[in-house]
Amino acid sequence: MSTPSLTAPGASGSGVREMNVREALREALAEELERDERVFLMGEEVGVFDGSYKVSAGLMERFGEERVRDTPISEEGFVGAGVGAAMLGERPVVEIMTLNFLLVAMDQVINHAAKIGAMFGGEVRCPMVIRTPNGAGNQLTAQHSQSFDGWFASTPGLKVVSPATPADAKGLLKAAIRDDDPVLVIENLPLYKEKGPVPDDAEHVVPIGLARLAREGRDLTIVAHSFATVRALHVAERLRESHGVEIEVVDLRSLRPLDVETVAASVAKTNRVLCVEEGWPTYGVTAELAARIQRACFDDLDAPIERVGMAEVPLPYAKNLETAALPNEDRIAAAALQVLDLA
Amino acid sequence: MSVAAPEQSLLGDYQRMQLIRVFETEAERQYKLANIGGYCHLSIGQEALCVGSVGAMADDDLLVTGYRCHGFALARGLSPESVMAELFGRVDGCAHGRGGSMHLLDPDRGYYGGWGIVGGQLPIATGLALSLVRRGEKKAVLCELGDGAVNIGAFHEALNLAALWDLPVVFLVVNNRYGMGTAVHRASAEPELFRRAQAYRMIGERINGDDLDEVGDAVGSLLAQAREDGRPSMLEAITYRYRGHSVADPGTSYRTKDEIARYREGDPILVARERLLADGADEAEISAVDAEIDARVGAAVEFALASSEPPLDRLAAGTYAPGSAEQFARMRPGSPFGEAELVFEAGLGT
Repeated sequence: MSTPSLTAPGASGSGVREMNVREALREALAEELERDERVFLMGEEVGVFDGSYKVSAGLMERFGEERVRDTPISEEGFVGAGVGAAMLGERPVVEIMTLNFLLVAMDQVINHAAKIGAMFGGEVRCPMVIRTPNGAGNQLTAQHSQSFDGWFASTPGLKVVSPATPADAKGLLKAAIRDDDPVLVIENLPLYKEKGPVPDDAEHVVPIGLARLAREGRDLTIVAHSFATVRALHVAERLRESHGVEIEVVDLRSLRPLDVETVAASVAKTNRVLCVEEGWPTYGVTAELAARIQRACFDDLDAPIERVGMAEVPLPYAKNLETAALPNEDRIAAAALQVLDLA
Repeated sequence: MSVAAPEQSLLGDYQRMQLIRVFETEAERQYKLANIGGYCHLSIGQEALCVGSVGAMADDDLLVTGYRCHGFALARGLSPESVMAELFGRVDGCAHGRGGSMHLLDPDRGYYGGWGIVGGQLPIATGLALSLVRRGEKKAVLCELGDGAVNIGAFHEALNLAALWDLPVVFLVVNNRYGMGTAVHRASAEPELFRRAQAYRMIGERINGDDLDEVGDAVGSLLAQAREDGRPSMLEAITYRYRGHSVADPGTSYRTKDEIARYREGDPILVARERLLADGADEAEISAVDAEIDARVGAAVEFALASSEPPLDRLAAGTYAPGSAEQFARMRPGSPFGEAELVFEAGLGT
């Protein structure tokens, strides 16, 4: 395969527009609805209400009730309906209000959508998208502040992507809609308002399975995805100023397939690595990364692989406790300094 | 007359029912010979329901079922060879040895599976129907489920969606009186299962599932309403399975041998045979049909035995759509032991 560009989209400065993640996602949906008759949206409050988080605002008005379909509170039912429609070649894009509510549809996601291609011998496929935000930090408490990214990414038959920038939000959602497999697009609530440049191109599609070098550095690699990438970039700037270190940040973008090649190339350069995630680290994305990195980069490592994630408790309500439990920038910075032997 | 495409007649129905009976009896034998593994759920005794309901479908209607699906697959016209080869885990099976007994399918015949999780196929049936509506196609979906499936949440969600969205689905509840070993009245607060339909303002009917004509008439009329008016419905068909829940269950801990013997007196295949004789067919004619079916099932076993096992170097094939291999190429460094050979070099993404 050709060497893919790992620079940030729009870096050339031409043909880009500033927008936030929410707007980028909405553009992706509108363009794909426009492009392909088989694409339709389905979910709770996606239409008349304009989307629980306004991602689909205005789309029902523009495309009609058949293509932007409000559903009752029946996640298992309408995720399954998406599976069935996809089996006949439709391109359903199912919105789940937050990742937490996908738990009641797990049977359809894991035991139906993900199984179809293999279990039926390749005779039918399930080209559907489930998009849903996760994320904590707004005192939403234990039942609404979770990141199960690793659970889904451990399942053969699914693809899982999780963008950190507006450009990737748009490009990965478009890639997911055009993909012939079930793709889970994990968005992030605090990220919806983050702004950035997005290529002004209806064919801006970010390849699934390709990580992004979000920041170049030589002293330490931080591997992250979604909101953790944003935190990592802040920490990189902070430690450059305070300690004069240059931290490289790899934004995974896809969790399954996982671009270990880009991670390994970075670790071969920096010899030190910190893995960060929003979820609980035990059996999590960072656990998987650590296992693969130690195998791929055994001779490159000058320090033990370190991990930062959500404190392993159901997230509490009290603001001070919530802040302490999150993989916040202070915790990431402290872990980074430890891996750098600067603690 | 060939077994593959019998005419729409009592003799044809008899032939189809007898094919299912002989096929499954042989499958049971092959299971005990260890040529078939996994779970194997037989529908012996329920053949009139399989043949009558599928016979009422139009050629371009769609079918989904639970895991007790051999009878429905054969009734829909899947060849005994492709079904037996699937049970044997061979490459010429309808799912190329990837699915087994519970996951038969044939998209060319509108059969979208054979699903193994109780009730899981119901939301999928609504999605198939939603797609038909979106395309403006005048077709309907027949969705089979067991009496045990009415108590899982997916049942409620799917029936509500179907009624709310006017989806062309007939939910065919095969009430064979036991969900595994639990009698219907021990599982359902409303044991007259068809009454559940009222809660969704949906048509709900109950019929004798062992009566070929009653099944055909009811399913035919409900499918027509679904096709023409987008009206979903729930049809409860009362039947009885003579065997246990699966081949591993002798089926006698929760019911008596007397009970089974009593139901066998109404064996739908014997009833059809009696009717054929009363209509003027002679014994020799029916015996010839039986012999042809025996030979056909024997040939299916020979076919399955002769079919290759799926190649090991294609272990991962089908897991992801063709073209996905490139997406996974960068995942290879640091993979677990053996993953390269078992997955990356064994058809992943092809």
